[in-house]
Amino acid sequence: MLAVVDYGIGNLRSAQKAFEAVGEDAVLTSDHATILRADAVVLPGVGAFGRCVDALEASGLRSVLGDVLAEQRPFLGICVGFQLLYEGSTESPGFSGLGVFEGTVNKLTGPVKVPQMQWNQLDRGANDATTLLRGLGDRPWVYFVHSFAPPVSDVTTATCDYGGTVTAMAGRGPVVGTQFHPEKSGPIGLAILENFVAAAKGELPWS
Amino acid sequence: MRVPRVIPCLDVHDGRVVKGVNFLDLLDAGDPVELARRYDLEGADELVFLDITATSDDRSTMVRVVEMTAETVFIPLTVGGGVRSVEDARSLLRAGADKVSVNSAAVARPGLVAELAEEFGRQCVVVAIDAKRGDDGYGVVTHGGRRPAGLDLVEWLETVAKLGAGEILLTSMDRDGTRAGYDLQLLQLATTTIDLPVIASGGVGTLDHLVEGVTTGGADAVLAASIFHSSEFRIDEAKAAMRDAGLTIRPSPYRGQ
Repeated sequence: MLAVVDYGIGNLRSAQKAFEAVGEDAVLTSDHATILRADAVVLPGVGAFGRCVDALEASGLRSVLGDVLAEQRPFLGICVGFQLLYEGSTESPGFSGLGVFEGTVNKLTGPVKVPQMQWNQLDRGANDATTLLRGLGDRPWVYFVHSFAPPVSDVTTATCDYGGTVTAMAGRGPVVGTQFHPEKSGPIGLAILENFVAAAKGELPWS
Repeated sequence: MRVPRVIPCLDVHDGRVVKGVNFLDLLDAGDPVELARRYDLEGADELVFLDITATSDDRSTMVRVVEMTAETVFIPLTVGGGVRSVEDARSLLRAGADKVSVNSAAVARPGLVAELAEEFGRQCVVVAIDAKRGDDGYGVVTHGGRRPAGLDLVEWLETVAKLGAGEILLTSMDRDGTRAGYDLQLLQLATTTIDLPVIASGGVGTLDHLVEGVTTGGADAVLAASIFHSSEFRIDEAKAAMRDAGLTIRPSPYRGQ
């Protein structure tokens, strides 16, 4: 069973429906025990970084997710849920993220409109190590809506070009995240979720 | 890289897609779920559903249409028409919509935009604006263009941007249904007034009009209804025309499958 973490932030139905579409039993839940029992945990998120941190703390889910991450359970962060895996964000100074990836999330820069609200192509990292993009060809198209993004670092697995090189995916072992919305990226997005599920079940290696 | 989006708009009346000129003489254009699937296959970047019945009795019809669409189509879905409260928006988002669009309800009560942005995040909030050229610039109109809202377009754009709009769906009521092309001056005015993404709407008759909306008008997305519903042009043909004009577009992900 896969748990989509419901912490009162944004529209979580899309993520749940997308997992159901690839044949995965996905529950939308804020129940601590259910999340701790799940085979894989998905953390969506929209809006301001600080508001998401507040919501995680208010619901007691911050420590639950900390336990899930410490156990190296399969974990997928989406959009701001991905950003929450980092230490913090210049969007909300003073708010600490979950801190499993190093670095601070920053505002998009360059001669481009912010937010990026469009489809864009993924550029695979030099080592092309991520299983999530397995079978998806050279530069797959995915849908982004964001004003901030994590820094490019050693955990970055794919980037996109938007006023510069922007982190689009990152991962270390079973803890992965996407700045774009796989649940809204058509058949390519569904294939990414399917790859996540397969890796979470041990059918594919993480990298 | 800037990638303009192509968005078919489905006007839904009593659970059916309709087309009409200036909201009059509605003709049946099919089942919304089926059309949504077809457009997804052809490479639509997003979908917009506007409920043009929008009386309270019909809300549940629209929610069902959204639910059925969201089960099979996994691209961003904006739903509008008759959204007057956070609860109205919530029922559509729960059904699977990704963004809600507000128009006359925001004109009547601008605070609604702020409430929606606070509750769901501004990326969820599309403010639809119907604009009409007047003697002193553009004004905002409601009720299918029949009623002037007494608002100047530029002021209204700045107001909703400040309140929390995430995107603007801008329809020229002078051009809507005419097939004469977008009002490019209107688009230029909007895209230079605010930094938010702007969806061009109203007046598309040819594929060149879609190109102009982006290149001359500065729009981030181009919306059309009847040229797609009538099967006059497919989405992939529209995108091919845009690519030929030098724009970067996303190809249909289903090609070759």
